[in-house]
Formats: sequence, C-alpha cells, structure tokens
Amino acid sequence: MATVELRFSALPEHVRTARLVAAAVARRAGVDEAVLDEVRLAVGEACTRAVGLHLSNGVDAPVRVALTEEEKKFSIEIGDESPTSAALAPGATGGEEESEPEGEDEMGLAVIKGLVDDVEVTTSETGGVIRMSWPTSPDSLVP
Amino acid sequence: MDLSLSTRTVGDRTVVEVGGEIDVYTAPKLREQLVELVNDGSYHLVVDMEGVDFLDSTGLGVLVGGLKRVRAHEGSLRLVCNQERILKIFRITGLTKVFPIHTSVEDAVAATD
Repeated sequence: MATVELRFSALPEHVRTARLVAAAVARRAGVDEAVLDEVRLAVGEACTRAVGLHLSNGVDAPVRVALTEEEKKFSIEIGDESPTSAALAPGATGGEEESEPEGEDEMGLAVIKGLVDDVEVTTSETGGVIRMSWPTSPDSLVP
Repeated sequence: MDLSLSTRTVGDRTVVEVGGEIDVYTAPKLREQLVELVNDGSYHLVVDMEGVDFLDSTGLGVLVGGLKRVRAHEGSLRLVCNQERILKIFRITGLTKVFPIHTSVEDAVAATD
C-alpha cells in the first residue's frame, strides 16, 4: 500500500500541489536533500504529461500519484487513464508552434529520463504509468 | 508561489525579470509576455532567471518559442542564470547549446553575437 496517495483533477493548477506533496513525503522517507529538487521536477513533469493527456483526450478521471516508502528506496507512481498515452504517438507530431502537445510531452519524458536513474514508463489501453524510485538513507530519516 | 514578471529597457535590449515558478500553470503567462514584447518590436531580449525557483519542460518550451520568435526578426534571446538546479535542466535537455546563458544582466546586455 502506498504511504501517501493523491488524486487530483487533471488541471494545470494542481500539478504544483502534487510536486509539493511528493517532495514532503520523499523528505520524510529519507531521500537525500540534494535529490529532492530532482524528485520535485520529475513528479512535476510526469503530472504535467498526465494532465496534458487527460485534457487533450477529454478524460474526466483524476490523475493518480502514489508515493511509497520501501525498505531502501522511495517509489513514486504517476498514473493516467488516457488510452492514447500508449502510443507516445510516433508520427503524430507536427502540431503548430502554439500548442505542440506531443513535442512538450516528449521533452517532459526526456527530462525525467535524464534526471532519474530508475524509471519505467508503461502504457496500456487503459492508461499509462510512470514509475520512478530513489534510494533512501536510513540515517537521514526524519523522526 | 506564482510567477512574477517585470520588464525594463537597457539600451537596445529588453530585460524580462522572472520570479517564482515556471510550470504548466504559469508558463502561458511568460509566453504571453514574450509574444507581446516581440509584437511590440522588442527583438533583443534578456530573460533574467535569477528569481526563478522552479522551471520545468513547459517553461523550456516557452523559452524555445521565444527564441524562435526573436530569431524570425534577427533578434536574440539571452538568459541570465547562476542557479545550479535550473542550469541542470538546460544541460540535460541539451539547451545550453541553444541559449547563450550569462552570469549577470550586465554581461548579457553587453554581449554581441
């Protein structure tokens, strides 16, 4: 079971809340202070991507964020319910400069992959999940 | 924290001072600001990011969009940033090769291509 779970309406204004919650729980779990910026950014990117997918596909469901303290690591799962997240749309790019949803989507994923060593992106017909984890150091556990 | 924006003119450059968080919610405001400046004829922009606490790929997209617009008028878009956590995002996306990044506004304003 997740330590903290969050569901939020797929709207840009809530992405910040998800970042703040994720960073707070990660800090408590013992993720190194120096890495918290990465956690914040990676969660923001993953949630931004999920919100974009929900909005562009007219999905009413909330975006799910599960934050889990494990024995030696801290895991985060961001789930969307957008069926088309599967494709990551090769060939579906080419939007106008103003919107560029696919381009920004890919840049977000590029940032996540550049930042996080342990990351897994899975997709299915019912939606996609981005799983990431960071090591925790027991010494730095917040009492 | 929300996004704060202010602009001032230094010689032929327009300095845009940005503060707060640039993310999927606030980036449209920065985009509007850059578009407005270019539409009003400011083609040499310096974006001062020293007050930025958070920047994500949406923000990067807006900056790239701004660069594209000023370049259409043979202009320039220079960044001012000394914060390692922000610079890191430019580095991992390869955008340090796209944007001239300066350590001070004075330096950016004085720079020529």
